[in-house]
Amino acid sequence: MPETPAVHAAALTVERGPRTVLRNLRFTVQRGRITGLLGPSGCGKSTLMRAIVGTQAKVTGTLDVLGSPAGHPTLRTRIGYVTQHPSVYDDLTVRQNLDYFAAILNPGRSAAARRHDDVTRAITDVDLTSHADALAGNLSGGQRSRVSLAVALLGTPELLVLDEPTVGLDPVLRRDLWALFHDIAATRGATLLVSSHVMDEAERCHRLLLMRDGEILAGGTSRPEAGGETPEALRTRTGTDTVEAAFLHLVDEAAAAGRTKETTR
Amino acid sequence: MSTTTAPAATRALNLSRATATATRVLRQLRHDPRTIALLLLIPCVMLLLLRYVFDGSPRTFDTIGASLLGIFPLITMFLVTSIATLRERTSGTLERLLALPLGKGDLIAGYALAFGALAIVQSALATGLAVWFLGLDINGSPWLLLLVALLDALLGTALGLFVSAFAASEFQAVQFMPAVIFPQLLLCGLFAPRSTMHPVLAGISDVLPMSYAVDGMNEVLHHTDMTGTFVRDVLVVAGCAALVLALGAATLRRRTV
Repeated sequence: MPETPAVHAAALTVERGPRTVLRNLRFTVQRGRITGLLGPSGCGKSTLMRAIVGTQAKVTGTLDVLGSPAGHPTLRTRIGYVTQHPSVYDDLTVRQNLDYFAAILNPGRSAAARRHDDVTRAITDVDLTSHADALAGNLSGGQRSRVSLAVALLGTPELLVLDEPTVGLDPVLRRDLWALFHDIAATRGATLLVSSHVMDEAERCHRLLLMRDGEILAGGTSRPEAGGETPEALRTRTGTDTVEAAFLHLVDEAAAAGRTKETTR
Repeated sequence: MSTTTAPAATRALNLSRATATATRVLRQLRHDPRTIALLLLIPCVMLLLLRYVFDGSPRTFDTIGASLLGIFPLITMFLVTSIATLRERTSGTLERLLALPLGKGDLIAGYALAFGALAIVQSALATGLAVWFLGLDINGSPWLLLLVALLDALLGTALGLFVSAFAASEFQAVQFMPAVIFPQLLLCGLFAPRSTMHPVLAGISDVLPMSYAVDGMNEVLHHTDMTGTFVRDVLVVAGCAALVLALGAATLRRRTV
């Protein structure tokens, strides 16, 4: 096992304008695992992911990614990042999109053969071989988000940060993508941080971080160095059958604690 | 391993990444043939129109035609770049690119290369049409016209890139055209010689880059050899383009709120 975790956060706070979007977070993400970042829309998942890839402003506290401070230039080739909305060029074909991003990752004529292999593999990974020469703008929403995912798979990143990669996909595709994620973690040794607001996706993750209102509800509080909680541990601890029920249980618990704090104040 | 050290890769201009960006921008345009046709044809049609508007006074056509050869590339590249950059910002591709090992300079150089190439084609067509078919009578070399046109295009690209940082929507981006370009158009000497303007306006026109673009074109029009004024005009336009490009680079932030 490598000595440092993939992500280590302590007293992590992010402000957007007058609002504190992330409040004093403390958690780790283990290497080589799939960690699910779950929580309702607007709870700060995307902001946390942007902080990890180094595109978020006004981040305070400790945030180390692959052993370096988040946003360090050396991390740019080591992290693959998929934004929530597919960020690809609609007026380029799938292959042209990937060719361009591959050329940014591995510039120069000497890397041309490697780039070509990388692009072909990424297109195969996301199952878009038959659409490789279609304009991204003419694809369906699910297909476009897979192009966006393929871009992140270029260059064999050590850490993949995927913001809601399976939203809006049909069940078969979702299953296939999760199989791909597990394959990437198992055979390429990559770390995956996958966000979702759909709680049933939690069962497919090795570890979980549950978020609500800019705070970590589970997976970061008791033993942050463990790197999230397993779905089983979470269900057992809360005495529930599903991660969704566990989430609700924790929300109620936090609300009750908040009420007592309010009354004693 | 072929990985270069990241600080070096981001600080210095990486030619491969810049040309990859230029190729990508041109590929995007190639999927949009109507835009290319409009970009290349409109200046020609306008010159044609102008030629017959001033059918009775060829001297006027010479002056205005030469000035317009400098103004067209500036305006079209301004519009194209401001929209292209705005799309890059709103589609999330800019954020993605800046999370990759792409230097800001690489991105800007890529845009400048792509639109510069387009401007060369546009200006060559317009200049060729004006000089050989519409009887635009210039004393200097058409190559110098082309040089000024290219620098104007780069200035337009630079201005477009810069103002796109302040536009939150396409509507706003398009409105920056009248805001940034029209005052320069009125004061550049196209409608009235700059020396005959109210002293305050003449003073303002002295600090607007388009004035020098038009002056440069007029130098080529009236003089057979490269004059000192022409060299000054060219240097001012090039300097302004470089300055605004640098300002544009400063508006590209890796970390955003």
